[in-house]
Amino acid sequence: MSVNRREFLKIVSMSTILSLGGVVSISSLKNHVEASQISRNAKALTAKRWAMVIDMSKFTSEEDYRKCIDACHREHNVPHVTDNPKHEIKWMWTDTYEHAFPGNEDKYLSEKIKHMPFLLLCNHCENPPCVRVCPTQATFKRKSDGIVMMDMHRCIGCRFCMAGCPYGARSFNYKDPRPYLDESRENPEFPTRMKGVVEKCTLCYERLAHGLLPACVEAAKEVAAKKGITPGLIFGDLEDPNSEVRRVLNERFTVRRKPELGTGPSVYYII
Amino acid sequence: MYNGGKIIIGLLIFIGLVSFPFLYSGGKATAKPDPKIDTPEILSMPEKERKCVESKAFMKKEHMQLLNDWRDWVVRDGNTVYTNAEGKTFNMSLQNTCMKCHSNKAKFCDECHNYTAVKPYCWDCHLAPKEKKS
Ligand code: SF4
Ligand code: SF4
Repeated sequence: MSVNRREFLKIVSMSTILSLGGVVSISSLKNHVEASQISRNAKALTAKRWAMVIDMSKFTSEEDYRKCIDACHREHNVPHVTDNPKHEIKWMWTDTYEHAFPGNEDKYLSEKIKHMPFLLLCNHCENPPCVRVCPTQATFKRKSDGIVMMDMHRCIGCRFCMAGCPYGARSFNYKDPRPYLDESRENPEFPTRMKGVVEKCTLCYERLAHGLLPACVEAAKEVAAKKGITPGLIFGDLEDPNSEVRRVLNERFTVRRKPELGTGPSVYYII
Repeated sequence: MYNGGKIIIGLLIFIGLVSFPFLYSGGKATAKPDPKIDTPEILSMPEKERKCVESKAFMKKEHMQLLNDWRDWVVRDGNTVYTNAEGKTFNMSLQNTCMKCHSNKAKFCDECHNYTAVKPYCWDCHLAPKEKKS
């Protein structure tokens, strides 16, 4: 069968029109969804840039740190992997001054500070290297509030972000994390992860969205209430001059981890 | 017919091979999926309110697209509330909203997904509702 030029053009134009029709019906379907509205929860806590101040003087025992770490790890179904230290998953953890603030240690550092455990977490950097190196944008910084987020759906487990983060704030799931979860302590509201993705602290974005403070901040409040002191974790908006974090930063001397790298950490320490 | 015997034997072997999967499955594979929405949560609602976030026809065809949009809106944009065409609001969450009504994952999700051999990896992370074993 031979088709002359005229017939060929007719077929092409007809099929173009038909396929355009297809596109139109798909986009009107999209409109159908978009006719429905998407919004924030009215109760959501908002800020221009979330930040945390950690007042070390308020943590006096191993137990105090444990409470915060435990609250975080329970809330997010963080698996307790102990069989290989390299496979450990941590969103919040403690380490020594030496490791937390390398370059700042000196020979005559007070014994107390030398052996004090520092509470560490993702710093939600202003200029996060982990975001810059992530090829899939699974790690991204929310423009609305500065949280450095993980979209576990997109992570391909290349671990560039782990190489990029100078704070060791990210953990890789070498194994299926489910067997390492205690089912009786599982939070049914939050997902787990699968093998082959990276995870880290997300400043409890899911709690903020429903008007709740981060789990660790709440735990620190409980610890403080028992002792009758003010809480060791202070959370708020760095860009709001009237916020609690700004008030504390104004009154106390604070340090940040590796500020010389230019990442602009949003976590401040009162030592 | 030249070489007729060989051709017929060949054809028989061919037909045998082609129909083997059907005969082997005993025709069971053709059993239609029969998803169920009779969970206690749904049954406890008044008849008129037994509606999903969008129409049944839409959900049947587009639930994957809707879930995909939901995840981006929640995780990437921080918007968590979905208002449907009727003005009803929902918390956009597979684990906490969808599965609360459809707590019978085996009968509601797996039934069709198994039939069509679609294996979404939602459940590698999202926790499926713990069904009461009765
Ligand atoms: S602390 Fe590490 S993981 Fe967190 S934002 Fe900074 S670079 Fe990224
Ligand atoms: S491991 Fe995941 S989050 Fe990290 S850089 Fe690769 S894709 Fe991005």
